[in-house]
Amino acid sequence: MSEIIIETKNVSKLYGVRRDEAAELLRGGAEKSEVLKKTGVTTALYDVSLRIPRGKIFVIIGLSGSGKSTMVRCFNRLNRPTWGSIIFDGVDLLKLSNQELLEFRRRKVSMVFQSFGLMSHRNVLGNVAYGLEVSGMGREEREKRARESIALVGLEGWEDAMIGNLSGGMRQRVGLARALANDPEVLLMDEPFSALDPLVRNDMQFELLSIQRKLGKTVIFITHDIDEAFRLGDTVAIMRDGRLIQVDTPEGMSTNPADEYVRRFINSADKSKVLSVRNIMITPVSLIKPGDGIDHALRVMRKNELSSVYAVDGQMKLKGILTLADAMRAKRESLDLSEMIVKDIPSTSPDASVEEIIPLAAESSYPLAVLDNEGRLQGIVTKASVLSSLI
Amino acid sequence: MNWLFDFPFIIRINTNAIDRAVRSFAADHAAFFDGIKAGLTNFVGAINWLLNHIPWFVLVVLVFFLGWKGHKRLRSGIAYSILLCIIGMLGLWGLMNLTLSIVLAGVTIALLLGLPVGVLLSGSDRANQAARPVLDMMQTMPVFVYLIPAVIFFGMGSASAVIATVIYAMVPVVRLTSLGIRQVDAEVVEAARSFGSTKSQMLFKVQVPQALPTIMAGINQTLMMAMSMVVTCSMIGARGLGNEVLIAVNRIEISRGFMAGSSVVILAILLDRLTQGWFSGRKNAGDEQQ
Repeated sequence: MSEIIIETKNVSKLYGVRRDEAAELLRGGAEKSEVLKKTGVTTALYDVSLRIPRGKIFVIIGLSGSGKSTMVRCFNRLNRPTWGSIIFDGVDLLKLSNQELLEFRRRKVSMVFQSFGLMSHRNVLGNVAYGLEVSGMGREEREKRARESIALVGLEGWEDAMIGNLSGGMRQRVGLARALANDPEVLLMDEPFSALDPLVRNDMQFELLSIQRKLGKTVIFITHDIDEAFRLGDTVAIMRDGRLIQVDTPEGMSTNPADEYVRRFINSADKSKVLSVRNIMITPVSLIKPGDGIDHALRVMRKNELSSVYAVDGQMKLKGILTLADAMRAKRESLDLSEMIVKDIPSTSPDASVEEIIPLAAESSYPLAVLDNEGRLQGIVTKASVLSSLI
Repeated sequence: MNWLFDFPFIIRINTNAIDRAVRSFAADHAAFFDGIKAGLTNFVGAINWLLNHIPWFVLVVLVFFLGWKGHKRLRSGIAYSILLCIIGMLGLWGLMNLTLSIVLAGVTIALLLGLPVGVLLSGSDRANQAARPVLDMMQTMPVFVYLIPAVIFFGMGSASAVIATVIYAMVPVVRLTSLGIRQVDAEVVEAARSFGSTKSQMLFKVQVPQALPTIMAGINQTLMMAMSMVVTCSMIGARGLGNEVLIAVNRIEISRGFMAGSSVVILAILLDRLTQGWFSGRKNAGDEQQ
């Protein structure tokens, strides 16, 4: 068995009448939008050559309209490429007869869909067994294998449930079980977790990884989320406007992006850009007022094991910070508390991005105060919380 | 100024020639049309014979059970069986059977033709567009117009009534079958295709079951349209409750008209509710499996 399970050569998919003219333009490096304007031809894919390794997770990433969904549908011939060839284990997919194509779909590939594509008139077992049913397997055998598949995705006991009563995450487990039931060589997954909420998505990614490691299936995974791509992919291919831009391992792609587009795509994965201060600030444990006595301030700090405490007025407007050392000195020398408060302290707004405040947090010796427009204290950001948000 | 207000271009259509041509066509192919007529008449006769050999109380009990189980309410069963008894008490049981046999024959044929046509139309946008004006015409053409050729080809009687009923009542089941299949979630269809379904597996295992609620609504509508043809069909010699209404109109007998008219209404309500109940009952049974 060769290491490469699927090889595509110069695969193109164009929609429209004047395809030859469009191909001419594309050969000259024309953009998708330019081709559409000049010839009325939509370029879904142009000249994609890929080698997909056996038993690995191969992720194709791109924005909407990049051709990634069109590409994955070429692997089971839901789409037929306009030009090019797709060799699956030595078999040219474009030369299959109708009957051979049915057999190919029944035995070699199966697909998981973004909005699940489950049949509401069947229960979980009926959905999972569907692929085996159309391939002509007897009831007993197919239900046995469907149950195994259901157990594999952790849905035992739900065999008789109707699809309408399952949560999104469970529905996609059914979708995964259905795809695994006919024991395919390649699993095609078209943005399978995009419709799920973030926590469930994490669970499902983990689940997919462990199932893939256990069964050693080849997985072709489509996503628009670079985090997901890097977490799951052994190899990642990035597409743009129907063209393949770069194929590499996640590490290789991070260190050696092919162009500016790839670099921007990878940077969008950098969490500090999307997190804002609001997401990581914490509520201060205790506050003092300038009018409070020294003893009260010291008691507050001792009780909460703090080395400094923020001072606010009646409207929560920030007055400054009082350190433990200053408070001790004030007590020793009988100074007034309000004179000891440090007024010049670093502050930020809740809408600032975490990336912006990293230098500030690194230099400051106190936690950063988060202030709203009127100078009222909203919360504080410690160095520790900045760091932990980046991991 | 007449040219301004009178439409100036009038084609003189030789209506006599058309009528003659249709009549001679009917006469030339009399054997063919007589064959169909005999078939339809026998079909209606067979259903009528069957209905007449069901003891009245069996039908009442059947309606009671269908109403009870279908709607999950004892109350519905009792109400429907009482309604049925009212027709009997008005002395119209036999006429009801006659009417019912024409309606059931018409609906059966309408479904046998309409369901496959609906399935075919769902498969092609072009066919669907081409069929649209035809379906519109079948539905909006004044029903009396169907009666004329039906009488020429099939004579007076139940055969003509069934034909007119089929043409008029077939439309909703065709439309809603096509619509229902089109509305099946594209991703579900794609998924079924990706698992290697043949066209017929796709149709019978995925599209039709997924479209079933819409198709059932079409069947229900077809039944109701067939009921609405009952009185009209009596003008071409269909016997039954409709004929009773027609006689009452001709003789201006108010009470007779109301008795027969109410029976038609009761029959329509029963057919509507019982078919709806049967379907929603099935759906509920599905829900309970969870």
